[in-house]
Amino acid sequence: MAGHNRRVGDQPWVRRSLIGLALTLTVILLVIPVVVIFTQALSAGWTTFAGNILDEYTLHAIGLTLFVALLTVPLNLVFGTALAWSVTRFRFPGRKLLITLIDIPFAVSPVVAGLLYLLLYGRNGWLGGWLSTHDVQLMFAWPGIVMVTVFVTCPFVARELIPLMQQQGSEEEEAGVVLGASGWRIFRKITLPNIKWALIYGVVLTNARAVGEFGAVSVVSGNVRGQTNTLPLHVELLYQDYNIVGAFASASLLAGIAILTLVAKAFVEWKQSSSESPAPEKGGV
Amino acid sequence: MSITIEKINKAFGQFQALNDVSLDIPEGQLTALLGPSGSGKTTLLRIIAGLESSDTGRVLFGGDDVSKLHVRDRNIGFVFQHYALFRHLTVAENIAFGLESLPRKQRPSKQDIRQRVDKLLEMIQLPQLANRYPAQLSGGQKQRVALARALATQPRILLLDEPFGALDAKVRKDLRRWLRALHDEYHFTSIFVTHDQEEALELSDQVVVMSQGKVEQVDSPTELYARPDSRFVFDFLGHVNVLSGVVKGQKLTQGDAWVSLPGAKSDQEAQLYLRPHEVQLSRTANAHARLPLRIESISLIGSEVRIELQPQGWQSTELWETGMSHAEFASQNPARGELWYAVPNVGHLFFEDSHQPKTVDWHYQNAANASNM
Repeated sequence: MAGHNRRVGDQPWVRRSLIGLALTLTVILLVIPVVVIFTQALSAGWTTFAGNILDEYTLHAIGLTLFVALLTVPLNLVFGTALAWSVTRFRFPGRKLLITLIDIPFAVSPVVAGLLYLLLYGRNGWLGGWLSTHDVQLMFAWPGIVMVTVFVTCPFVARELIPLMQQQGSEEEEAGVVLGASGWRIFRKITLPNIKWALIYGVVLTNARAVGEFGAVSVVSGNVRGQTNTLPLHVELLYQDYNIVGAFASASLLAGIAILTLVAKAFVEWKQSSSESPAPEKGGV
Repeated sequence: MSITIEKINKAFGQFQALNDVSLDIPEGQLTALLGPSGSGKTTLLRIIAGLESSDTGRVLFGGDDVSKLHVRDRNIGFVFQHYALFRHLTVAENIAFGLESLPRKQRPSKQDIRQRVDKLLEMIQLPQLANRYPAQLSGGQKQRVALARALATQPRILLLDEPFGALDAKVRKDLRRWLRALHDEYHFTSIFVTHDQEEALELSDQVVVMSQGKVEQVDSPTELYARPDSRFVFDFLGHVNVLSGVVKGQKLTQGDAWVSLPGAKSDQEAQLYLRPHEVQLSRTANAHARLPLRIESISLIGSEVRIELQPQGWQSTELWETGMSHAEFASQNPARGELWYAVPNVGHLFFEDSHQPKTVDWHYQNAANASNM
């Protein structure tokens, strides 16, 4: 059909003004701030930008942030897969409740989550006293940062997997077991290929959030420069020091990661939709 | 390998899915588990496979108790209702999966596996599709691949869950015939679950009719159709015409309708069940039955003309149905709206106090003037 399939009320001016409004808002709210981050970061020239990035404390913050993400992502990958597996493959009392509980980290403000951890594991906390007598310090150190980051990001993988695994059902796995395959072989050959793209999608989202988390981390980290300062916290510190250009340089790194995440997300979504119907040329044993 | 099922019970919460089921499945036969949904037939099949465990009772393969044996070690072939093909593997990889899952010592070499897969692809007449993915196959092709995959490890027992349920009528008929031929050639012991009476009767050597978690009757298709043991089996297997009434003066009577029942005790309630082919139509009532009916519809398609009739002056919960050859139809020329009389030849009588029916044969009675059991 070549002509417009116009519905009632779809007059040209309605269409044009709605599209115009959406575009204007996108530009004002999303595009301009991102552009501003990069122009501000580079406002004093490339040399200053490089100097800001290569600053000792900035490098440490980058390192710590990547380190936290590197621990958080595999932890939540295993946790999310196990959780999704158990709620979609088994029937047990409390299953529905568990599915609801998974969303708690989304519902709770990250700052509150941070405070809860401080209350539990801090020096004066319920478990913290016992821990400090055994010379274990979790809060105001990297383990605390990892703990709250894991908490804040734990729903992403499970939330991606549960609907998919529910929809796919367990018949293929049953077929595998009837054919004599071991549990590990079934997971590797049947389950994993079926959930692969959803899993990667969950990892991308987990990673993005782990890198960018501010609220919860700021409560438990103690903001010690060169020790417990992650990149988002570092941005704030620099800003408070009136080092605007330095703050924007660090912020531009975070923005860069965010843009990469979006690209990765779009790619995975595209793969996911095309893996529903594998292309013929993919074939061949 | 024969299969024996001993006193199996299975409950899902409050729901009793199987109630003290015992059954013998002879070696090398094709057995149908037939019943309405919720009758427990799929649960029974899954318990035989080991995909579900029973609360009590035993399953024996060729005399050996396999109740405690894991599905993986039972060496059965299982065909799932929705095929359950591995969507990320090609047709050939799907078929090879069982062979590649064998323990290293029993596993054939890569080349042997490839040969075996090629042979199976020949058997299911789809060698050209070896490198396709399941999403690129039609329903009938998927079902064949599922069957080849199940047979690859040469199991001696093949279990099929509603194998043709999701296919259209034409493909269904072809596949049925093909499965029967395959079974006759390889002689494994097969059990298939179905809710389709026609499929069960046409395909199997033995039919197990189930209802509400119990076995109602086990018989050959011919026996089952000719001599149902219970009202349930009667109702479930094809159409049945029913006259419910009271016996008075050696007649079963309701309203304007009656049939003669020589020797029957008076004043008891009874129901007469008649298959469509056990009833003929006549323009007049005869000496042993008066069943006035008005023709409601006439269907000419098929090898027989099918006529639906509405009782006149008496009640029946469902319309009556009977068949007539096309030649007879041409000579008798019945038309919609006309009043006709049903004349039963053979009938099956259920009394209130008995579970099993009593067969009445009016032909024989007319000849010998005596009741026939």
